[in-house]
Amino acid sequence: MQNDQLALAQTRGSVDPRVKRPLPAWVSTTALLLPTYGWLTIAIFLPLLTMLAFSFMSATPMGKTPVEFTLKQYRAFIDQPYLLRIGFNSLMMGFWTTLFCAILGFLAAVALVRATVGKTRETLLVLILLPFWTNGLVRVFSWTMVLRENGFLDNILHMVAPDAGSISILYTRYAVVLGLVHGYLPYMILTCYIALVTIDDAIIEAAASLGARWWTILYKILIPMAAPGLISGAVLIFIPVIGSFMEPRILGGRVGVTMGTVIEDQFTQAFNWPLGASLSFTLLAVVLAIFATFSGVLRGRTAG
Amino acid sequence: MTNVKVKSVAKTYGPISVLTDISTEFPEGSFTSLLGPSGSGKTTLLRIIAGFIKPDEGVIMIGNNDVTNVPVWGRNIGMMFQSYALFPHMTIAQNVAFGLERRGIKGEAARKEVDRALEMVRLSGFGDRTPKQLSGGQQQRVALARAIVIKPSVLLLDEPLSALDRRLRQEMQVELLRIQRESGLTTIFVTHDQEEALTLSDKVAILDRGRIVQIGEPETVYERPLTRFAAEFLGDSNFLSGKVENGAVRLSNGTVVRSDSALPGNGADVTLAIRPEKMSLATADGQPNRLSARITTVIYAGPVLSYILETPDGLPLKLFAQNRDGRVLREGETVSLSWSPEHTIAVAN
Ligand SMILES: Nc1ncnc2c1ncn2[C@@H]1O[C@H](COP(=O)(O)OP(=O)(O)OP(=O)(O)O)[C@@H](O)[C@H]1O
Ligand SMILES: [Mg+2]
Repeated sequence: MQNDQLALAQTRGSVDPRVKRPLPAWVSTTALLLPTYGWLTIAIFLPLLTMLAFSFMSATPMGKTPVEFTLKQYRAFIDQPYLLRIGFNSLMMGFWTTLFCAILGFLAAVALVRATVGKTRETLLVLILLPFWTNGLVRVFSWTMVLRENGFLDNILHMVAPDAGSISILYTRYAVVLGLVHGYLPYMILTCYIALVTIDDAIIEAAASLGARWWTILYKILIPMAAPGLISGAVLIFIPVIGSFMEPRILGGRVGVTMGTVIEDQFTQAFNWPLGASLSFTLLAVVLAIFATFSGVLRGRTAG
Repeated sequence: MTNVKVKSVAKTYGPISVLTDISTEFPEGSFTSLLGPSGSGKTTLLRIIAGFIKPDEGVIMIGNNDVTNVPVWGRNIGMMFQSYALFPHMTIAQNVAFGLERRGIKGEAARKEVDRALEMVRLSGFGDRTPKQLSGGQQQRVALARAIVIKPSVLLLDEPLSALDRRLRQEMQVELLRIQRESGLTTIFVTHDQEEALTLSDKVAILDRGRIVQIGEPETVYERPLTRFAAEFLGDSNFLSGKVENGAVRLSNGTVVRSDSALPGNGADVTLAIRPEKMSLATADGQPNRLSARITTVIYAGPVLSYILETPDGLPLKLFAQNRDGRVLREGETVSLSWSPEHTIAVAN
């Protein structure tokens, strides 16, 4: 049988003169990687590079003012110290939103994975993803309906306690974080869910048989094992949140001035694209620095 | 190191009765195998003892404590799973120390216990590795170390060796038995594999559709099966049915067969089980039980010859013969079989 095949292969080889030579490895590798890198170049690097170029200009190139190369845009944080406070507030907003998303998202994912099976699980997952599908503006404005004075929340409170004052938190940072958590929670639930479904039931049962109660299982098994999901969820949330401008503007009102709104203003109101671009890149640098420190700490901890 | 008692345990899932009125005792230090076909309820019974499933009825006692309402983490059990179930994010030493930590044993004391346990499973020096860096057999030994280091009241194993290949499996059987003997742990072992059950256990329990049909020492269960199911499931059996007549059994073809088993009264229907290796092809050796049959198939397996035969009235029979003299009978030959009344067991249907 094997001999037959061998013989067959030999005859075919000698009859067919156009024997196929395998391509050199680098050709196939390049061919395989080209779509990915091509897409990355078009979708990310080109726009980013354009913005990087803008950030070194003295004025928006579409205007009438002559454009020169300058570093002055990067001095914004020094020239206008109030930007530092706004930057800090934005980071705090990102921190709290990510933290709440992590706590709620992880617990929701745990409940989803452990407490349900099959079809119910999938249905619930779809329900959780609904905020993703609703228009962001609609979602945020619906929160103003709930949170404003004499809004939905107040009405419910007054049904129970008619004399109570208003508990409206609209136009506070709480409202902003609330809106952001609502919008970004699905990312965390998804990433944690994906990390948690891969955990074998037997691992959790083994822990329980060894004497672990649910909180020990949570801290010692589920969280460490699903850490990649938590981290990627945090990255996915933190970056867009500190640059967000819709939620801060609509739910934060006067207190809703963030790096996101400042940058947006530069592009839409002040027509100062170079400043907008330089602020964006500064923010990006800060975020990368934070992640670098954080991952260094994490790695140090796992190694030690 | 205590005994485990199961009293009138029942479990249903919707309309399906998975376990029906299970009552049995697993004596202190014994090694009991739960053997039965797929779906017979072995895993369910084991998980009820472990505390992962609450029985609808009945009581579980570990030692003198009624643990029916005690959650898993409070039962002090050691468990081994088919999938090893090691914690992948911890080192081997951390895996083994997990149960100790839950019992407040830390630091030097814990380290000593961990070393002892790893030594017991012959994995000293592997403490700093992670589960991924070990082979399947090594991982299962870590799982065993992790389960025994907490000195559990009972060791529960659900087909722990079925993910291993044949040779490794046999090695692990020997290890498991050695460690069970050394530690004296009351052990309950679920398996599909009858040979495994017979070689490892002090006691074998045969489950059929949610009932324990027989529990006893391996020889007893094998040599004296109580039911047709037990005789068929554990090893092979030939079955002859007939009516009781003057302390013997008359088969439908008129042959009279004698049995040492206690038989019911005259005229009662009875089924007799005879192990294929207990029948012999020798024609004249003074055995009172004889049948003549035609050989339909010969299976030559080296040391053992299996013959499939058929009596003139169409009853199928099996016979295992030692390949002593290298003489193999041919298909189509008619032979006379004989066997002793001692090996003729009356079984319930
Ligand atoms: N959660 C459940 N819901 C419904 N039925 C179940 C459930 N768990 C088990 N069963 C049923 O209970 C019966 C016994 O299952 P069990 O897992 O105890 O069998 P087993 O003897 O361990 O089988 P196997 O040898 O295949 O592992 C099966 O018919 C199974 O379908
Ligand atoms: Mg099972």
